Amino acid sequence: MPNRDGQSLTIAFVGSGGSGVMTAGKMLLDAAARYGWYGYNARSSGPQIRGGEAAAFVRLAVDPVETPGDVVDVILAFDWQNVERFAAELPLAPESIIVTDPAQGEVPAALAASGARILSLPIKEIAASQPGWRANMVGLGAAAAAAGLPSEALGAVLGGVIGRKGEAAIQASMAAIEAGARAAGEWGLGLELPAPRTSGAARWNLSGNEAAAFGALRGGVRFCAAYPITPATELLEWLAPRIARTGGLLIQAEDEIASINMCIGASFGGVPSITATAGPGLSLMVETLGLAVSSETPLVVVDVMRAGPSTGIPTKSEQSDLNIAVYGLHGDAPHLVVAPTSIVDCVFTTQWAVHLAEAIQTPCIVLSDQALGQARAICDRPDDAPFRAERLLADGCGDGPYQRYADTPSGISPAAVPGMAGGEHTAEGLEHGARGLPSAQASDHQVQLDKRLRKLTDYDFGDAWAEIEGEGDLAVLTWGSITGPAREAIARLEAEGGKARLIALRLLSPIQPARLAQALTGVRRLMVLEQSHGAQFHKYLRAHVDLPDEVTVFHRPGPLPIRTHEVHERLRALA
Amino acid sequence: MREARACTPQDYKSDVKPVWCPGCGDFSVLAAVTRAFASMGLETHRTALISGIGCSSRIPAYTSTYGFHGVHGRALAAASGLKLARPDLTVVAFGGDGDGFSIGGNHFLHACRRNVDLTYVIMDNQVYGMTKGQASPTTEPDWCESKLTPAGPGVTPIQPVPLSIACGANFVARGFSGDPNMIARLIVDAIRHPGFSVVQVLSPCVTFRPEQKDWKGAVHPYGREPADNPMLAMHAALEDDGFGVGIFYAGNRPPFAPQAEATASVEQLEAEFAP
Repeated sequence: MPNRDGQSLTIAFVGSGGSGVMTAGKMLLDAAARYGWYGYNARSSGPQIRGGEAAAFVRLAVDPVETPGDVVDVILAFDWQNVERFAAELPLAPESIIVTDPAQGEVPAALAASGARILSLPIKEIAASQPGWRANMVGLGAAAAAAGLPSEALGAVLGGVIGRKGEAAIQASMAAIEAGARAAGEWGLGLELPAPRTSGAARWNLSGNEAAAFGALRGGVRFCAAYPITPATELLEWLAPRIARTGGLLIQAEDEIASINMCIGASFGGVPSITATAGPGLSLMVETLGLAVSSETPLVVVDVMRAGPSTGIPTKSEQSDLNIAVYGLHGDAPHLVVAPTSIVDCVFTTQWAVHLAEAIQTPCIVLSDQALGQARAICDRPDDAPFRAERLLADGCGDGPYQRYADTPSGISPAAVPGMAGGEHTAEGLEHGARGLPSAQASDHQVQLDKRLRKLTDYDFGDAWAEIEGEGDLAVLTWGSITGPAREAIARLEAEGGKARLIALRLLSPIQPARLAQALTGVRRLMVLEQSHGAQFHKYLRAHVDLPDEVTVFHRPGPLPIRTHEVHERLRALA
Repeated sequence: MREARACTPQDYKSDVKPVWCPGCGDFSVLAAVTRAFASMGLETHRTALISGIGCSSRIPAYTSTYGFHGVHGRALAAASGLKLARPDLTVVAFGGDGDGFSIGGNHFLHACRRNVDLTYVIMDNQVYGMTKGQASPTTEPDWCESKLTPAGPGVTPIQPVPLSIACGANFVARGFSGDPNMIARLIVDAIRHPGFSVVQVLSPCVTFRPEQKDWKGAVHPYGREPADNPMLAMHAALEDDGFGVGIFYAGNRPPFAPQAEATASVEQLEAEFAP
């Protein structure tokens, strides 16, 4: 099942870390964006800081795409060092093309076995022929030419990448790109994509980590405490200078426990706060998430998931933190868990998370993952959503002491923040009564447990709780980054005359059984789709929702992405 | 909301009865805190007391200011976040020796070197009282009264004053609960001194360490002027027997106070995403 629908082309740059594959990939995507195409750029690398195996996947397309495609159409290898370690992430079809530098030795058997056509390009020799030429620029030129991307589009992005090095360096790189393009022109592959369809609508080119950080700022976050962890670090690094420009602060903490406690302190001070981490950091933050529940302090934690348990596979994606996000807190601790359904949706979902956390005065975990966070997409610019941080503040106190945890009908109590005279109170992690004074009494425990649960059960989450598309008695129920292949698979089914519904949950906790039952009305066959070994999502659904009689569960751990064709084939078997 | 300006120690007390045992040194610390706040005329609504877990960490609710009673060992992280986000507030963190030096040890180290303008009052009784008497990081190695370490903890105790100086705290003092007026003066000085200020208070646990009643006879004035040179302060602090009270160190390192001034709107940032 090659991608040769003529509308998209997937190119993989392969080489050892430091050979420039990631730069080549990002430049190709940026240039395609300038040209007017859509695209998607994912990355895969080993754990080494430098010198390990690395690959950049770039899918260029005439229409929006959300996945790297079923197969790699063109592999462009700068070297073959250690490529066997991730040959499984480089699916090839007999129609695929492998471009190899003869100086780098034979094409590895694991790839050659696909039957893909092998072309020689002496990349290193060409690069060495002129001063200032780099192999990755030669390869980039060849790949761009194969896709039909004019070299001028690459020239337009060169300045931004190497402009610091001066005009001579830009000209040398441009010449190297053109040399690569000339070589590819001689192949006559006929892979060129159609010219862009310009709609005039604004587009964005961004990664999921950038999108989540931007969504946080848009939602009103003005404090972040950060501890670096793969694959969340770029979110924090993107935020650092930009939160400052918007009048906020990012502080590097000594560990994840400090980051979340700094956030809770800032939020107690009335400043919407966020931190970002991955599974190991989330594990460390869990106790303080419970404190945020008990003290009713709003807080957002973005978990950019990677394969676990323990340190797991830090550089590769998985959806296996669902259980800890939903169930990880000790005690009865109702809180929010949301998940973006695409790279660009990281903006909306994180912005919504800030709004929800502040409105409900409880912590919200955003379950992003490496496949969203470290991947980039060219997409249509979405409209700004109306969600902002709006904490219900105490605007006056009646007689008697202020009751921070007053038992209100909605469960949400007007909050006083330091600086408000008359609102003095002590926020509590111990169970407490309405004033916040510690209490071990059964009645106080019951009232406060009920109140904290009611905040979530009585809240109207509106339409954003899920993305529901299509119709029919066949449905895919999924969440997170896997929504991309599910959506593409359904589109493929529809192109064949079939039909299926897509239900992608954005709100994972509190789960919405009534809304989900409504969305599933008329569905006879259901595919539950997720990227976890333990089928965590399916088990979570079964605990709360009446699923149709006929349920197929397609679950698989990372790091291999779930490909569109795998979903499509299973759907076709069910249809 | 009401406009009020407290000015007597009584105005800084809440109506909540402390959980502490009769004779606990922490009562004196509470009295000293309210005296210190009253003498400074702090506004209760612009003052926040942040604590972790332990007997002494209960103190915020016993005052009339804002307070946050968080999780064990993390008071300094929460206090730092609050002060950084709200530099207009007076932020004072409280806790015991276990909360601050054991589970919270990492945060203590980094709070000292970060030097955010806040004050940390450690009520040191060399024991975990809330869990009924276990050795803490400041307990003597041969203290054998705990069921958890019947042969004694066997580990060299932390010396809070030299440790604070070594880690970079900008103001380091020691007081004794038997002299609440002196503690009040130390807390005032600590709050007024820019940067991260540490006040160790020897605060006896009469329930699990009854022998600490003898501290009254052991404490003595530190007897020197506060040093502004950390090397001299460290030398003097190491020579001290652990019972000298007074100001050991008053440094002049500038506090960590990153400024947040908006120069762009969020909408302007969006331009970066344009192809």
